[in-house]
Amino acid sequence: MTAPVLLRIRDLRTYFVTEHGKGTARAVDGVSFDLYAGETLGIVGESGCGKTVTSLSILRLVPEPPGHVLPGSLIEFEGRNLLTLPAPELRGVRGNQIAMIFQEPMTSLNPVFTVGNQIAEAAIIHQHLSRRAARARAIDMLRLVGIPDPEERVDHYPHQLSGGMRQRVMIAMALICHPKVLIADEPTTALDVTIQAQILELLDRLQHELGMAVLLITHDLGVVAGHADRLVVMYAGRVVETATTPSLFARPTHPYTEGLLAAVPRIDAPRARLHAIPGQVPAATAWPTGCRFHPRCPYAWEKCVAQEPPLLDVADEPGHTARCWLVTEPERRVAKR
Amino acid sequence: MTLGNWLALVVALILAAEAVRALRHRALRRERWRRFFRHRTASWGLGILTFLVIVALAAPLVAPFDPNRQLDIVHLTNQPPSWTFLLGTDLLSRDVWSRAVYGGRISLGIGALGALVAVSLGTLVGALAGYYRRWIDAVLMRGVDVGLALPRIFILLMAVALWDGLPFTALVLAIGLTSWFGTSRLVRAEVLALRQRDFVVAARALGVGTSRVIFRHVLPNAAAPIIVSAALGVGNVLLLEASLSFLGIGIAPPEASWGNMIADGAPSIYTAPWSTLFPGLAIALVVMSLNAVADGVRDALDPREDGGVE
Repeated sequence: MTAPVLLRIRDLRTYFVTEHGKGTARAVDGVSFDLYAGETLGIVGESGCGKTVTSLSILRLVPEPPGHVLPGSLIEFEGRNLLTLPAPELRGVRGNQIAMIFQEPMTSLNPVFTVGNQIAEAAIIHQHLSRRAARARAIDMLRLVGIPDPEERVDHYPHQLSGGMRQRVMIAMALICHPKVLIADEPTTALDVTIQAQILELLDRLQHELGMAVLLITHDLGVVAGHADRLVVMYAGRVVETATTPSLFARPTHPYTEGLLAAVPRIDAPRARLHAIPGQVPAATAWPTGCRFHPRCPYAWEKCVAQEPPLLDVADEPGHTARCWLVTEPERRVAKR
Repeated sequence: MTLGNWLALVVALILAAEAVRALRHRALRRERWRRFFRHRTASWGLGILTFLVIVALAAPLVAPFDPNRQLDIVHLTNQPPSWTFLLGTDLLSRDVWSRAVYGGRISLGIGALGALVAVSLGTLVGALAGYYRRWIDAVLMRGVDVGLALPRIFILLMAVALWDGLPFTALVLAIGLTSWFGTSRLVRAEVLALRQRDFVVAARALGVGTSRVIFRHVLPNAAAPIIVSAALGVGNVLLLEASLSFLGIGIAPPEASWGNMIADGAPSIYTAPWSTLFPGLAIALVVMSLNAVADGVRDALDPREDGGVE
């Protein structure tokens, strides 16, 4: 990868104090990865693995209390650690250089303002445009994200738009200042499948036109397969595998990734019972010892219970790492069950 | 009542009706205000309030007598309503109608200004407590608890002792500064719920500053309960002023307010019920109209009631 690193995340730990102050939920527990300029990096994992908390941590949007990012975590953007940036400078990054779109387009827009007002807001704040100029920009943005009759739609309220349209409005809001990084947290989960495809195509197109990097967070492997250059697989608050998309799909190394891929129904395979990973994600207040996946892993042996593996380089595949002892002892890859 | 007074009254009535009609006409273009006018009681309440405000503003035109003048302390005390004295006269031979009209200025003024002070302060405190939480919330809300625990009459009596009788501004401040506790709790609860809503997080993600988030994204979504609480607050302040005046610590006589008119008329309530009945009715009418308007506003501002794609 020759592109420069835009966003460097090192040892990010975001913990939540649970109700009654009894325990600490270690939602994100030592996550590290890099986002290169212009690429699409997919973060995959099931609900509760820490994907969303990771994305919120980047812009310091974790609700505090009960959440807090531990000191020692690093989120470096253009040489500055976002986690220690003073509030006014942080606001200058938010929406201007790093923007974010959310999962629920139905609730992510303010119901009492027109969409035009909301799209224009970031431009007024960051670029000090006049109301009139910002409105014109908002109309341009609506056109860019493919909303018909933008001159008319600009004065509509969110409730007058469909889910797909609202997500387009969210994208317009996020992109009006041409950010260098777009964090898309499950941008298509709340939409139906045809709209999903349209939104993802739109994101692809805008990424090329504006040359930004996209952090695509999803639980849907189908989504990342077609749209991400590289993938980070998360499990139980940890990164368990990173690889380029082709290499991850061709040779999933971590048993969790393997399980995820096996769980995707395939149209070209004979009809059989769908594969499922046994068990459930453990509670974030009490992660298992050793490798956090060992209670659900078909290959686990004593070493996995005793000691958590580091991210190990997978042989012959640059950039492919997996947090699994199988990398050093491949002959153990024999299912017990 | 002279012909001129009647004429002024009729003009006031027509103006009020016309104002409501014009508002309604404009409202038909906006879905949410159309909903307001669908409430028949809300339209009536608005009309009545408009009428009373116009009458109070035009007091010199509508009132035939000087409200504080004792017309004839020998022959004209406690006269029943007649064409000369529309609502009768009181124990001191003052014209009840004239006093009610001028008293409306004071009462409505105190109600509106007192509620304005109370709601602004309550909204500000509630928004700060609910948005920042932590120690700011703890400190402010314990303060509110203390405020609610102190008997208001006691504080107001203390204020009377400090000032030599309460001038209008002092009364407004005293009432406003002791009436915001309820509103602040209400607003805090709303803000607590709103601050975690997706669109607030989305606004922060766009780099919107804290005060702008509070005033543009959080509070407008709490507008309905705030406006309702303001409307009800005007009624409460009106009633509070009445009870203070009744106790003799409100508006100082001979100046008329609806509250001290009731107090003045109370001794002769059996012989001259009109001197207490009409100011009482005025208070009741205003409070009921405000409630109706508050209801209408609540429905009109509820975005969930808005229709779908047009």
